[in-house]
Amino acid sequence: MDFSVLLSDIPTLLAVIIGVPLVLVAYIVGGEFLIRRLPDKNRPQVRPWLWVGPALVLVTGFLLLPAIATVIQSFESNAGAFVGLQNYGNQLADFPSGGAWTAIRNNIIIWLIFYTLFVLAFGLVLAVLFDRVRYETVVKSLIFMPMAISSVALGVIWKFMYSYQPPGEPQTGTMNAVVTFFHHDPVAWLQDQWPNGWGVLNNLALVGAATWGITGFAMVILSAALKGIPGELLEAARVDGAGELTVFRRVIFPLMMPTIVVVGTTLVIFALKAFDVVYVMTNGNYGTDVLAFRMYNYLYLSHNYAAASAVAVILLVAVVPVLIFNLRQFRAVEARR
Amino acid sequence: MGLSFAVSRFAKRSEDYQNEIQITVGYVYRKASGFPSVGVYNMRRLMQVRALVLPIAGVLALVGCGGGASSSAGTVHVIAVWSGQEQASFMAVLKPFEDQTGIKVDYESTRDEDAILTSRVAAGNPPDLAAAPSPQLLSQFAKQGKVISLNDAVDMSALQSSTAQSWIKLGEPLSDGKLYQIFAWAAVKGLIWYDPKNFQAKGYNVPKSWDDLTNLSSQIKGSGTTPWCVTVESGSASGWPASDWLKEIVLSQAGPDVYDKWVAGTQKWTSPEIKQAWQTFGQILGPNDSNTYGGKQYILATNFGDVGTPMFQNPPKCYMLNQASFITTFFTSANPSLQAGTDFNFFPLPDISSQYTGAHVVAGDSFSMFKDTPQARKLIQYLTTAQAQDIWVKRGGKLAVNKQVSLDDYPDTLSKESAQIIVNTQIAKYDATDNMPADMRTAAWKGLLDFISDQSKLDSILANLDKVQATAYHS
Repeated sequence: MDFSVLLSDIPTLLAVIIGVPLVLVAYIVGGEFLIRRLPDKNRPQVRPWLWVGPALVLVTGFLLLPAIATVIQSFESNAGAFVGLQNYGNQLADFPSGGAWTAIRNNIIIWLIFYTLFVLAFGLVLAVLFDRVRYETVVKSLIFMPMAISSVALGVIWKFMYSYQPPGEPQTGTMNAVVTFFHHDPVAWLQDQWPNGWGVLNNLALVGAATWGITGFAMVILSAALKGIPGELLEAARVDGAGELTVFRRVIFPLMMPTIVVVGTTLVIFALKAFDVVYVMTNGNYGTDVLAFRMYNYLYLSHNYAAASAVAVILLVAVVPVLIFNLRQFRAVEARR
Repeated sequence: MGLSFAVSRFAKRSEDYQNEIQITVGYVYRKASGFPSVGVYNMRRLMQVRALVLPIAGVLALVGCGGGASSSAGTVHVIAVWSGQEQASFMAVLKPFEDQTGIKVDYESTRDEDAILTSRVAAGNPPDLAAAPSPQLLSQFAKQGKVISLNDAVDMSALQSSTAQSWIKLGEPLSDGKLYQIFAWAAVKGLIWYDPKNFQAKGYNVPKSWDDLTNLSSQIKGSGTTPWCVTVESGSASGWPASDWLKEIVLSQAGPDVYDKWVAGTQKWTSPEIKQAWQTFGQILGPNDSNTYGGKQYILATNFGDVGTPMFQNPPKCYMLNQASFITTFFTSANPSLQAGTDFNFFPLPDISSQYTGAHVVAGDSFSMFKDTPQARKLIQYLTTAQAQDIWVKRGGKLAVNKQVSLDDYPDTLSKESAQIIVNTQIAKYDATDNMPADMRTAAWKGLLDFISDQSKLDSILANLDKVQATAYHS
């Protein structure tokens, strides 16, 4: 790598390395100095703001203001004139195949439901089963390994796995090698919009690839929650005559519920943000478009910032209920403690 | 080996720093605190300092190494789509330039150039130069005033005498007399590639007319083999190889006037001329894509570069394919034993309408300058010269735009013939979809993918393209 760019502007380099920490320290020391000068009763009111201040400034500058600007832009034409709801109208026109409907269908039905369900189910089953074997660490490391692969590399790998050759030819893709072994015609996993153009097959193929990448994450967190369940509880249940399935259903599962919900909501947000796998494997063609990719295309391909903003707001509106639920759940869990 | 040596040397050096600094800090601390010896607290403190010093020393060491490598004549940052074999050819073009001027060219390759350039330009951090396979992207930046006019950067009189006026015109997208792009290399589209040995074995003749071509196609199909190979997968540009078919058919069937109106967005997609071109393409593909090897699944799932593979199998799985002149690079890199002329050859797509004889679609690689630096000016001037273009021409896969490049420099008879097509074509039109707005182009590609999936949807596909056409040209 060429680091010469670092030397091209030495004053800036020094300002960044020395100046930034200096300013932060000065802010804290100076702030505390001023607060100590305040009357006793006012200190607890002011002090939190001192410490939370930098974070507030950053969140406002990098998150809140851009979000507001995005909402405003979504009501304007690309040239900047106010057009009301027209951008949204364009996105929601021509149900069920036009506008953003394919992307909404894929995000809300296929990604949100199946991706979350698959990852949770696999993660839970793997966590519970591996808890009972001696070589747990080894297999868990193996399952976790895809997390270390970037999603772009993941997409490329799975593109090979799904690769298609016409019937009668040697199949180079793993999936089609398996399928043809059972004397079924090879399947164009990423292009085939089975059934009847509804695009369930190819979208599930994408979800499958993404699931492979993230299952390790769910498994590790669920496994940690499982280990947090006191052994006495399980023992007591077994002494009372509960079978292993009952122990899982009546003791382990309810105790793990808060963790499952947190992992689940995180996955829902991941599902709504789905982008990289789609981008690499199908580019949103063959009815596999998703909202994040649609936004990207408006932004970088069409240079249509207004339409991109509208899609971003639709995505935001879809995520907000999940966020509210997540926060409520979090508070409920905290309250129970 | 070199790396491990560098790493061990670096480790040793930083260890030295560490000891040195440890000693100094220990000394200073003792002095300042008045403690006679290095106590436990002091030890911990030293560890902290060590933890800090190591990374900083590392960064400084790396900076030192990097700084020494750059040359005094400056650098030019270039972004283009070429990778692999094509990148090697571009680097070969740059080599004499770097040797002569001492300027270092910093080349970055991307397959998603629209996104990379858009975000770089928006962030105020564009490359010095960018080459794009379609002029439309660079024209868009010209409209936004993000690229620099080249009129005083390149030798205009030399350019005018060495390059056809039509190529220069394409570089003036704003029609304000200012040149924003220069074309270096070109490709002829709509060439039908075949394996002469296969044709000979079956007694097939190279078709001279459109009827000959369709007859040959049904003859091959009658013998139990699919006549055509078509593959259209190409990442974010999937569908463009099918658009090559469409453009060639529109130009040859409906003529240059319709073609120009179609590019300009005033010819509707649902108009009889354009619809007929889609239907003609549909006839090539056959009912349910049965004229093509592997059918629709294979067409959609296979990368455009692999289009020739089944044709060179024994026995061949298909006999003909339509692709631009650059495809020979892909033939030979997949199968190095193939010889141009004996193993693969081409004929131009026969005229569909006798009214528009010898009409061909061409395309090229154009360069724009985003930052006005002396180094960038030198490089863009260099790229217009016959000397620069000749290097890639000799390596194969590209045709020069500069007329001074000798036809004898083409590595084989095939590329020489393609170069002659560029020179001799009676009706030369630039790639239509590449000159349409990005929205329109992408929609057309997607429409072609849908058409290949299900030809019966043609009317709804065209209606949708009309809708895009209504807005895409005004944004």
